[in-house]
Amino acid sequence: MSPVKDRKPLYLMTPALAWLTAFMVVPCLLILALAFFRRGIYGGIEYVFTLENLAMVVDPLYARIFLKSAGIAGLAAGIAVVVGYAAAYAIAAMPRHRQPALLFFAVLPFWSNYLIRTYAWIVLLNREGLIVHLFRWFGYEGELPQMLYTETAVVIGLVYNYLPFVILACYAPLSRLNPEVAEASHDLGASQWTTFRRITLPMTVPGIAAGFVFVFVLSIGNFVTPALLGGGQFQMIGNLVYAQFLTANDWPFGAALSMALIAVMMVLLTAQTFASERASGQGGRDA
Amino acid sequence: MTQVLLSLSDVEKHFGRVKAVDGVSLDIVENEFFALLGASGSGKTTLLRMLAGFELPTGGQIVLDGKDVSQVPPNRRPVNLMFQSYALFPHMSVAKNIAYGLEMEGLLRREITARVGEILEVIQLAPLANRKPDQLSGGQRQRVALARALVKRPRLLLLDEPLGALDKKLRGEMQLELKRIQAEFGITFIVVTHDQEEALVMADRIAILKDGRLLQSGTPREIYEYPETRYAADFIGQMNFIPVTRSGDLLFARNGARIGGVIPAEAPEALVAAVRPERLYLDAEAENVVTGTVRSTAYLGLDLHLHLDTPLCDQPLLVRLTADAAEGRDITEGARLTLGWSARDTRVFPA
Repeated sequence: MSPVKDRKPLYLMTPALAWLTAFMVVPCLLILALAFFRRGIYGGIEYVFTLENLAMVVDPLYARIFLKSAGIAGLAAGIAVVVGYAAAYAIAAMPRHRQPALLFFAVLPFWSNYLIRTYAWIVLLNREGLIVHLFRWFGYEGELPQMLYTETAVVIGLVYNYLPFVILACYAPLSRLNPEVAEASHDLGASQWTTFRRITLPMTVPGIAAGFVFVFVLSIGNFVTPALLGGGQFQMIGNLVYAQFLTANDWPFGAALSMALIAVMMVLLTAQTFASERASGQGGRDA
Repeated sequence: MTQVLLSLSDVEKHFGRVKAVDGVSLDIVENEFFALLGASGSGKTTLLRMLAGFELPTGGQIVLDGKDVSQVPPNRRPVNLMFQSYALFPHMSVAKNIAYGLEMEGLLRREITARVGEILEVIQLAPLANRKPDQLSGGQRQRVALARALVKRPRLLLLDEPLGALDKKLRGEMQLELKRIQAEFGITFIVVTHDQEEALVMADRIAILKDGRLLQSGTPREIYEYPETRYAADFIGQMNFIPVTRSGDLLFARNGARIGGVIPAEAPEALVAAVRPERLYLDAEAENVVTGTVRSTAYLGLDLHLHLDTPLCDQPLLVRLTADAAEGRDITEGARLTLGWSARDTRVFPA
């Protein structure tokens, strides 16, 4: 209760806040403001107020791309969560002193360039790629389905890219679990599977939610992976935004699309934050 | 009521080259309140975990109700464990925590509700049934953990340091409460503890473990009055140790004073005589007599504790006199005092 404790060092946040405001918040607001102006006849912007751009976003043509992006992002996030949770579970079950090394290997791909890692998938997936060669080497002579430039390739690329996030997000609550809690469930008559379903899983939902939202949000706005692995069509909303700004020269519409995208992300992130705050009241460890 | 419930024969648990539990044999009867007492590293927790099924013995047999359960997993044993950390399920209410074990038995919802309600009354937590564990005090959580294990009506209830996390006053109350509940439910309790006082207060019988081995087992009185080893004598209660030398059937302290006591068979020459602080009294005519200087005193109402520097040993003798006995005597720092004790209160161990 001393006055010294009450004085929180808020001023330490000033540089970060200033930086974010100047180079993130202000530019974003400027771009978003463009959504309310009319597109010039030869590109550029006519400063006349209009809601046309926002109306166009809900046009079935674009809404469909939105839904498709959400579908791909959701699928990628779902797969990443299942795969990542399993990996995190295995790591958390290892002896304590081995865990840091395993986590290091899990996030190792982050230390190389995102573009290079995505190009690597082209090498793996293309018609004369490593995977096809592998099938041939095992003696399979039949027709192989197109792998590169498909939705599947995009999902693979997204899962691959964001998996380390999910592993870290799921590992945090898993490693904090008191092992005696799972033992207590086993002792009270539950099988290993029931223990997982009724005790371990519910107690680690915050990590799963964080991982899912993370992958979803990063995937739905991603434009590099769909451009490289999806074959350069307007596969996802990120590519559409990219095209409005850089090729179609329709900045107001690009801004309107971005606004919709940011709104979706904000809703999800806020919901996740609230949910995990509520869950954190239950804690991971029984103190 | 002296039906053997649990029988351990030569139970071993080796972790690599470490013998955590090393050949423990023990019978525990129905309805007994049994304490496994030992310092940390004595193997008492490993032994308890083997009884629960979390560790499999590397040797020997655990027989419960006439059946060998050594290799039976925890969820298939009629044994429940109350964990030291309580290990309550943080995402479930008090009532859900307690109902969990009954749900695993596949009982009808109606019966589960009835039994949960019943046990909530016993532990006096009915008004808090819908609280989450983190909204409870330490003592309340402890009772939920107990109820969660008890409600399954196991043949054997294991309690790992059940009172370790409670403050001293609450611990005293809960010792009696545990005894009452044990008697009421008629379930065999095995308590693991490092607190000898707790074991003496609660248990019908105590087993002392050291380095994975069973040193001695018996009633609290047997263990306190007739410790079989110097370690047990030292571990339980307080004890004065006086180094002595055997010469034939006689014992001599280092100052040449004769010490009367029963010498164990095949005793070596270097021995140690032990006497409890409360067995010393103000009497110059006793079988064993010693005169010394009072170093310090502590008044505790019923008792007067004092340290007496004597020529018998380097450590001052700890003496516990009743207030009545000390009445009217000059027992202050620096006073000379002659104390005695009888030969039958002397225990003799190898040094």
